[in-house]
This record gives sequence, C-alpha cells and structure tokens, in this order.
Amino acid sequence: MVRVLSSLYALLIYGFIFLPVTVLMLFSFQGTLFPIPPFNGPSLRWYSAVLTDARLTSGLVNSILVALSTSAMATLLGFLSAWGFARFHLPASAVLRGFITLPLTVSYLIIGMGLLIFFNWAHVPKSLMAAGIGHVVINLPLCFAIIYSQMGEHQANIERAARDLGAKDWQVLTLVTAPMLWPALFAAFFLSMTFSWDEFVIAFLLTRFDTTLPVEIWNLLRAGLNPKTNAVGSLVFGVSIVLAVVFELVAFRKRPQ
Amino acid sequence: MSAASHTRTGWASVTPALLWTLVFFAVPFLAMAIASVYPKGGGGFSLSNYIQFFTNPAYWRALTNSLEVTLLVTVISILLAYPFAWILAFIVPERWQRLALMLAVLPFWTSYVVRSYSWLLVLAEKGVINGALTGSGLLSDPVQLANTRTATVIGFVHFFVMLLTLTIYANLKQLSPNYRKAAADLGASPLQTFIHVILPLTLPGIMVGAFLTFVLAIGDYITPQILDGNNELLMPQLIMMQIGRRGDFASASALSIILMAVVTIAYLASARWLKIERA
Amino acid sequence: MTALVSIQTVSHAFGPTRVLSGVSLDIDPGSYTVLLGPSGSGKTTLLSILGGFLQPTEGRVLIKGEDCTVMAPAKRPTATVFQDYALFPHMTIGSNVGFGLRMKGIAKAERDARARDMLSLVGLADAFGKKPHQLSGGQRQRVALARALVVAPAVLLLDEPLGALDLKLRRQMQDELKAIQKRVGTAFVHVTHDQEEAMALADHVVVMNHGRIEDEGPPEQVYGRPATRFSATFMGESTVLPARGLAGGKVETALGTFAADHDSVGSDLHVAIRPEHIHIGGPVTAKVTDVIYQGSFKRVTAVPVADPSLLLLARLQANTAVAPGDEIALGFDAAHLIVLKD
Repeated sequence: MVRVLSSLYALLIYGFIFLPVTVLMLFSFQGTLFPIPPFNGPSLRWYSAVLTDARLTSGLVNSILVALSTSAMATLLGFLSAWGFARFHLPASAVLRGFITLPLTVSYLIIGMGLLIFFNWAHVPKSLMAAGIGHVVINLPLCFAIIYSQMGEHQANIERAARDLGAKDWQVLTLVTAPMLWPALFAAFFLSMTFSWDEFVIAFLLTRFDTTLPVEIWNLLRAGLNPKTNAVGSLVFGVSIVLAVVFELVAFRKRPQ
Repeated sequence: MSAASHTRTGWASVTPALLWTLVFFAVPFLAMAIASVYPKGGGGFSLSNYIQFFTNPAYWRALTNSLEVTLLVTVISILLAYPFAWILAFIVPERWQRLALMLAVLPFWTSYVVRSYSWLLVLAEKGVINGALTGSGLLSDPVQLANTRTATVIGFVHFFVMLLTLTIYANLKQLSPNYRKAAADLGASPLQTFIHVILPLTLPGIMVGAFLTFVLAIGDYITPQILDGNNELLMPQLIMMQIGRRGDFASASALSIILMAVVTIAYLASARWLKIERA
Repeated sequence: MTALVSIQTVSHAFGPTRVLSGVSLDIDPGSYTVLLGPSGSGKTTLLSILGGFLQPTEGRVLIKGEDCTVMAPAKRPTATVFQDYALFPHMTIGSNVGFGLRMKGIAKAERDARARDMLSLVGLADAFGKKPHQLSGGQRQRVALARALVVAPAVLLLDEPLGALDLKLRRQMQDELKAIQKRVGTAFVHVTHDQEEAMALADHVVVMNHGRIEDEGPPEQVYGRPATRFSATFMGESTVLPARGLAGGKVETALGTFAADHDSVGSDLHVAIRPEHIHIGGPVTAKVTDVIYQGSFKRVTAVPVADPSLLLLARLQANTAVAPGDEIALGFDAAHLIVLKD
C-alpha cells in the first residue's frame, strides 16, 4: 500500500518537475509563429534562427569566456586563501574566513547593485569584465568553502614530508597540494562555471552591448512568446546535459584511490 | 624556515582573496550605503529614502508581498519536497537512487531565465494548461493563471522543491539506518519513528534548507518579473525599477539595504541551525 | 525444557549469494549464547533474522512457541543492542531508555522510574538527564543495554557490542555483561568474532563458518574437543596433523602412533593438539623457526626433523631458553589429542 502511494506521489512530483521543460522542448520544434498549442511541426526553423542570430551566438561565446575566466580566478583565489588559512596560524583567522564567505549570504541583486554604484562612481564602464568581476565575487566564497573543508591534517603531513625533502613553498603548492586536492578544485571550478554560466542579474546590471547569453535571452523575452526562445533554451539544456555527463565521467572515473 | 617568513607566506596566500572581497564586495557595499543617504534630488545627507520606504504604501506593500510570497513558497516547497526526498532515500532501491536524483535535477539544467519562461508557456492564456482545458471542453473560457501571484509561487516552488529535495535527501541518507531499526525494535510504528526520531533529527537540515529558500527567493528578480511582472510588485522589482526607469541609485541603494536587513533578521532567527565547519 | 527460541533450518540468500544454509539452533531460557565466527560467517545475518530485521528465505523462527518468522521487530519479544548503539542523539539518556516504554503507552512517571532503575542496574544512575554526546563509548554502550532491557524482552540480541572499545574496557564490559545477564535472567544472544570474548561470556558457544554451524556447546567442550578443523583453528590456535585411522582405536601420524577414539578405520583424517599441551622433553626432535615472547608465555613454532612439512605450535613457559635455529625435543600427552571430523 505504501509502495503504491509512494509511486503515485513520486510520479506526480516528477511530472510537475518535467512539465515546463517538456513543453519548452516540444514547442521549440513548432512550425508556426507561436510556441503555444496547437503544435504544428516538427520544424527546425527556430533552431536555425537561433544559430544564425549573431547576438545569441556572441552571447553564448561571451558566457563561455566569462564563465571560464571567472571560475579559474575564483578557484585560484579560493585555493590560495584556503591553503593560507589552513596551514598557517594567522591572527583573527575566524573573522577573516567569515569575511571571505560573507558574500554567500547576500543576494546577487545587491552585489550587482553595489558594483554598479561603485563602478559608476569610479568611472568604470559597463562591460563583460565588470560582470566578470561580479562573478568572481559570488563564486570566491564557494570555492573557498569547498577547498577549505577538504584541507585536513592528513594533507598537512604530506606537505611537511615534501618540505622535509627540500621543497620550497611554491613547489609544495604546485607539485603536492594542488594535485592532492584535485577533486575539490575540480568541484569548485565546475560549480563556479555552473553559477557563472547561468547568472543573470549581475550580468544584466553590469554589461552594456557585449553581454552574456542569459541577458540576450532576456532581451528575446521582451518580444513576447517566441519559439526562438524555446530553441535557445533547449540548446542550453542540451549543452548542460553534456557537461553534466562529462563531469560524471571525470569525477567518478577518478574515484578509486 | 623562520617563523616570520612562514607567516609572510601565509599572509601572501590569503591576501589576494581578502583584497578582492574588500575591493569588490565590501567597498561597493559601503558605496551603496553612502549613496542611500544622499538622495537623488540633491540636498546633501538625508534619510529621506528610508523614511519614504516606511511612509509610501506602495513601497511597504512590496516588502509585505515579498515576505508573503517567500514564506508561502518556503512552506509549500518543504511540504512537497520532504516526502519526495523520503521516497528517494528509503523506498527507491539503492542502486537506482542516484539516477532518480539526477532525473529530478535534470530539468533545472536549463537556464534559470528559460526555466521561468517555460512556466509562462504552460500557464499563459493560450498556453498548454488552458489549451488542454478549453480544448477538451472542460472549460469554455481560459483561466487567468499567468500574471498572478499563483504563477510566481508555482514558478518558485518548482525550483525550490528540487533544491530542498537534494538537501533533505542528503540529510536523510546521513542518518544511521540503525536509528530506524532501533525505534522499530522498541515497538515504534513507522509513523511514531518518523515523529519521535527522524523528524527531530532532520529538523536542523530542514531549517537550513528553509533559510536558503528564503534568502534566494526574496532576492530573486527573474521569476516574479516573468510570471507576474505586470501585476504585483515585489522588492527586487521595486529595486530594479529605481535603477531602470528613474535612474535613482540612491533610492535603489536604500531599498537594497532594507532587503539585506530583512535577510539578516532571518539569519539571526535561524542562526543556531547554521554553521560552517572544517573537515 | 522447551527451548525459548527455536531456529529451524533457516537459510538466507542475498540475491545469488547464500549467506545461511540450513541453520538450526535452540536457545534456552536464561542462557548466554554467543554466535562466534569470522566475517562472512552469517552470524550477523542470523541475529538480524532473530530480531526481525530480515526474513529468512527458508526456515522458521519460533520464539516462546510462537512462529515469529515474518513478525516485525516491533511486535517480537526481542530487543537489540546495535553495534553503533544507535542512541537517539536529540533525546536525553532518560528519554532514550524510556523510549520503548513510551511506545507501549506507559505513562511518564512510571517510564522515568523504570528507566532510572535500569540505569542504576548498569551503573549509570546519574546519567538520566544527560545527552548521548556527553557520555563516553563505554557509557553509551551501557545505555543501549539499559534501553533494550527495560522493555523486558524474552531474549536480548547484541551485535558485536564491544567492538568499538579498547582492550581494557572490553574486558571490564565483558565482566559487567555477564553479571547483568545473571542478574536480570534474560537470555542473551551475542555476536562476536573474538573467541576469547566468546569463552569468557558464553555458557553456549555456537561456532559458525560460511553460513553453517560448525560446532556448538559449552566453551570447555568447544575448546577442548573441537568438532571440526575450522573450529579447532578458530577457537584458539592448534597444531594440526594429518593422520590415518587404524583399527583398535589408534591413529597413525608422522610423529608416531597414538591411542585415540575415532570412527574412520583405514581412512585419512586430521588430529589437533593445543599449544599448551606441547612441552619440552619428548620423542619429537624439531628445529625452532620462531619465538614470540608474550609476557606470560613464549609462543614457539618448530618444524619436526622427521617431517619438515608439518608445523608444531607450542606454548612454553616464559623462562624457557629457546631461540630460532635451536633443535629441541618436544612431546605431548596423547590424552589431549583431538580427532577432528573435518
């Protein structure tokens, strides 16, 4: 009895979860002008419309660039600071660590607003770089938290052994610590990529002409219900799935240690 | 290696991150605070933006709307997600669990903007639900679903049920299976086991999830704007309006700070369940 | 007297893997039974079946004459002490111990009184208001015991309860467990892989291996007259020698012919001798391969010159002058020769 009710409930929830995405993908193949019933298709016209839309494709490229560069920066800063706090006794360590993780508690909207005002005052123009700076701000605390939580005594001993054998600090970092922590670094980088790639508010506030994909999609939305939006959404979905599969294979292939 | 150079290395290591946070997070926040007390119309230092918030009914209503919507979303999402997480953790066979979880999370791999938009497709006047209802003859006129608070709630719950399922699932899995066995062994029915043992043990995790939901939902601009933009004003929309239409950074800053204050109050209220630890 | 618990040809398989095969066992009221065996022997599975957490694929379990094979743990007159104690971390010790009584619908005043009594019995009278995380491992173990005993089960099941404790604490807890069992009179069924623990606690030892019962009986019997080769080598160490059965109650080994009861004339079998029954002085010349000093004795392994394929294991007095490489004379009393049914 419990099993029947559970299956029913689970199915309902899965149905709820999948409903909008299914509708999205279905009507991306819409033959006529509006992504609403009735369904006339299938047709690939909207996909070709997306791929030939210069703004969408440049938005895509920009998103990738911003995601890669900001994730690399956030992971690097997070790694260095996590290592610094974990290995050295620095005064007010707890307070400083709290400071680095503070942005986690602040809404992206407010972080974006602060940067908008600050850049405005400092005469820094809106640009992809400005948005990128914002992305590092939101991802740095995450990278720090993930990597710091993995720095235990056991790794400290391995580093001591390396120093004992003559390695200098920067060598320990690059040849011993970083490779040891590779799963945490990878997780931090990947998570940052995910958040940056899909981030809207900060990009919206801090870019002008060259902008990221979510903002371009938003601009599309202004024009109302449009199957082009469905198509680009489905494409993004497809790419995300591929990335998720890659992550799965990499993260779980490397498991046996 | 001397103690001094040792510490110097430590400082060198942590300074870049600290500096970045200082310059691009703390200082902008300060800039925002300063901007909020120098109103747009000129006239120097003034708390008029804050006072205006409390005296202007439209502004105040934006906050109450936000709180109502967010609390509603939090409660509904937890009520829907908990049984789902339970089913995934205890009833689905072990080897299918990761797949079941991935499946539940999969639709959220679309862009967040697109995900909200796709609810519009479902709820719009000519959208899928209305199409099915009128097409099959159940209704003669379409029902107003989009551009209502209900749409916003549905859009939010859709996202947060997924998020909370993940966090509650992790929480449930990490309980020793012996707790349930021990309770059963001592005569507890499944319901009694849940009420006396499992629920209290998962409560901290639920509170963390609830707090996360609260913070993310109350600061979200996208979902309410897409699904209910022309109807009801929530805090994020009010804030964006100040920048966009009126170019009033001062007012926007004040409203942002007020929003932050609300979140901080929520944090203090749930503080004992939240802590970040090192392995 | 009728058995309190009767396990009748119970078998269990997890998918294609057979974990228990045709196990039959009776447990008497007031007894202390120990299920002893290496990992994978099926002892924990058997305990889970007794407790109702698993249903056997074949066979029956009768408790107090009633067929409980498919009965849920909540309804069975058993209580289990889990390996990780499973104390509810959010409840006080008093609430933990009183939990089973609460599930029975007993009022708070009565529950607390009985909980206090049981906590005194296990030596934790002033822990009533504390939380589990405030207690040490040994103390938590005793709380788990109290919690299970307070519901007055017909039989108490213990799943490797002393595994997490250090040696000294383990010895102490063994004494206490035995004392508590005598005092409450409940039948205990205790799973362990430690044969010393088994001998210290049990009045009935059940030696298990590969899902079957290899040997059972009082500790003196299982140790002194092990039934199978596995039992002889698991319950303490032994020297095992191949032998041949001869008519007239004799066995022939590479080290000589001895009088021993057996029922396999003309066929091959094995005999065993315990290390403490091998002594200096005797007909067997052997070359010492290893000497390990253990404080109260020396553990000496030696290879007989007559047949270098054999290995003799002896427990000699601590002050014996012997070193690896020495040739020594060893002997044993044939009365202590154990014939193994393999």
